[in-house]
Amino acid sequence: MEDMYREVILDHYKNPRFRGELDPADISYEDDNPLCGDNIRIDLRVDDSDRIVECAFSGQGCAISQASASMLMEDIQGKTLEEIKKYSRDDILDMLGIELGPVRLKCAMLSLKVLKVGAYGVKEWVED
Amino acid sequence: MDKKFDPNLIRKEFPALCREVKEGVPLVYLDTTATSQKPKYVLDSLSHYYSYSNANVHRGIHTLAEEATAAYENARVSISNFINSPRSEQVIYTRNTTEAINLVANTWGRENFCRGDRVVMTEMEHHSNLVPWQMLAESIGMEIDIVPVDDRGLLDLMVYEKLLKKNPKAVCVTHMSNVLGTLNPIRSMADLAHEHGAVIIVDGAQSAPHMPIDVQELDVDFFAFSAHKMCGPTGIGVLYGRYELLSTMPPFLGGGDMIKRVELRRFDTNDLPYKFEAGTPAIGEAVGMGAAVEYLNEIGMENIWDHEQEIVAYAMDKLEEVPGVTIYGPEADKRGGVTAFTLDGVHPHDVSQILDADGIAVRAGHHCAMPLHTRYNLVATARASYYLYNTRKDIDKLIEGLYKVKKMFG
Repeated sequence: MEDMYREVILDHYKNPRFRGELDPADISYEDDNPLCGDNIRIDLRVDDSDRIVECAFSGQGCAISQASASMLMEDIQGKTLEEIKKYSRDDILDMLGIELGPVRLKCAMLSLKVLKVGAYGVKEWVED
Repeated sequence: MDKKFDPNLIRKEFPALCREVKEGVPLVYLDTTATSQKPKYVLDSLSHYYSYSNANVHRGIHTLAEEATAAYENARVSISNFINSPRSEQVIYTRNTTEAINLVANTWGRENFCRGDRVVMTEMEHHSNLVPWQMLAESIGMEIDIVPVDDRGLLDLMVYEKLLKKNPKAVCVTHMSNVLGTLNPIRSMADLAHEHGAVIIVDGAQSAPHMPIDVQELDVDFFAFSAHKMCGPTGIGVLYGRYELLSTMPPFLGGGDMIKRVELRRFDTNDLPYKFEAGTPAIGEAVGMGAAVEYLNEIGMENIWDHEQEIVAYAMDKLEEVPGVTIYGPEADKRGGVTAFTLDGVHPHDVSQILDADGIAVRAGHHCAMPLHTRYNLVATARASYYLYNTRKDIDKLIEGLYKVKKMFG
């Protein structure tokens, strides 16, 4: 458990990076995890070559959901939407550096789900 | 309180309460509102039934079938006595409280509601006493009225009386909130409902395990509860109903046992209670529910209630001392053994996860009462709940755990 609340996760939770909203944004999407009450919204601005130039997340929820969103925002800076397509569950778990059971996995994956569905539509999202 | 009531001795009868969550970390179980732990007496009854008396009930003319039938029906009598039902035929076995309420909605409800008729529900209902009526309302075109929860966490009975003037056909209300712990005044609500010609359907999932229940004294028309929250197994629950209502209601599921006679194009329904028990029932689980009732009777429901009142008052005092904790619902003497709370700056999931590391099991989420959480502007709460086997020491460990959470997130 001490592992789950690693210093880096608590740091991202308490001092989230890229927190806020972009208005206008090229891509905005929001979803929640109704069982937990986690909610994440992601706004993106992209350039002509679909490269992410600005991103922000907002919402509320547990430390895992919010920290993973903050880390994801940090990671996708300057990446193209095509590159985002390749992000997987393992990338998120690597970022967090922890292992999670099935319940908390949903918290961790919410931001990636919002990002991918926002960028590509729901068919791009396969929950594993 | 009875001198012989000792939660420290009672705990020893529950194998799960004697285990460690991991080495050196004993379980502190504070999630009874979701499901209770099971005493050895009940586990033995299940094991004994399946080991030696297992057979299908009714119609079998062999020793095991007769033993199984007797055990199944004796359990019904025990449960009937437990709630002081006038006749044991008024005790219908269901899968759980949810199925019991769905049964009423789909039989009595479907038969009695017409387009434009009204049903009264409350803001503190569990989804199991909301959704079946919402589904019925959608298909028939009924109107739904809601009794709000006031700032003290009690039902606004002035609004209730006003809503009754619109002549609803039914009132659906929980006996005890699974989040706030609020104990609702069912007898007076039933009297008012009856004065206005409404039938009252009570979700007893959180009351039957914790206090003496007398369905005649409460004067309710339907009362539903589940075995697994009262020391019994999952997969079995009960619908109690007023005899005149049950006997005129159409059947619920069709199949074996619920019929008297079947022809190729028609059937005659069986008598009560079998009319509502289609297919092979959860026989072993019914036997286990009977054993749970015997176990609780032996300890005494009054004793259990008194103990929980003491524990919840202690828990509320201690929780209130923790900076940043907010408890939802009424003061201790108006609630059962449930405390839903939040801790400033920490999501309930994180609270629960960190407590788990010390073996403390509390629940986090909306507890199947989303509208109630919406009313408090919350998405989730952490909930600690108490039963006959919880002690002050359990509460002390919870409080200690909460300080740990605060330190981590501070």
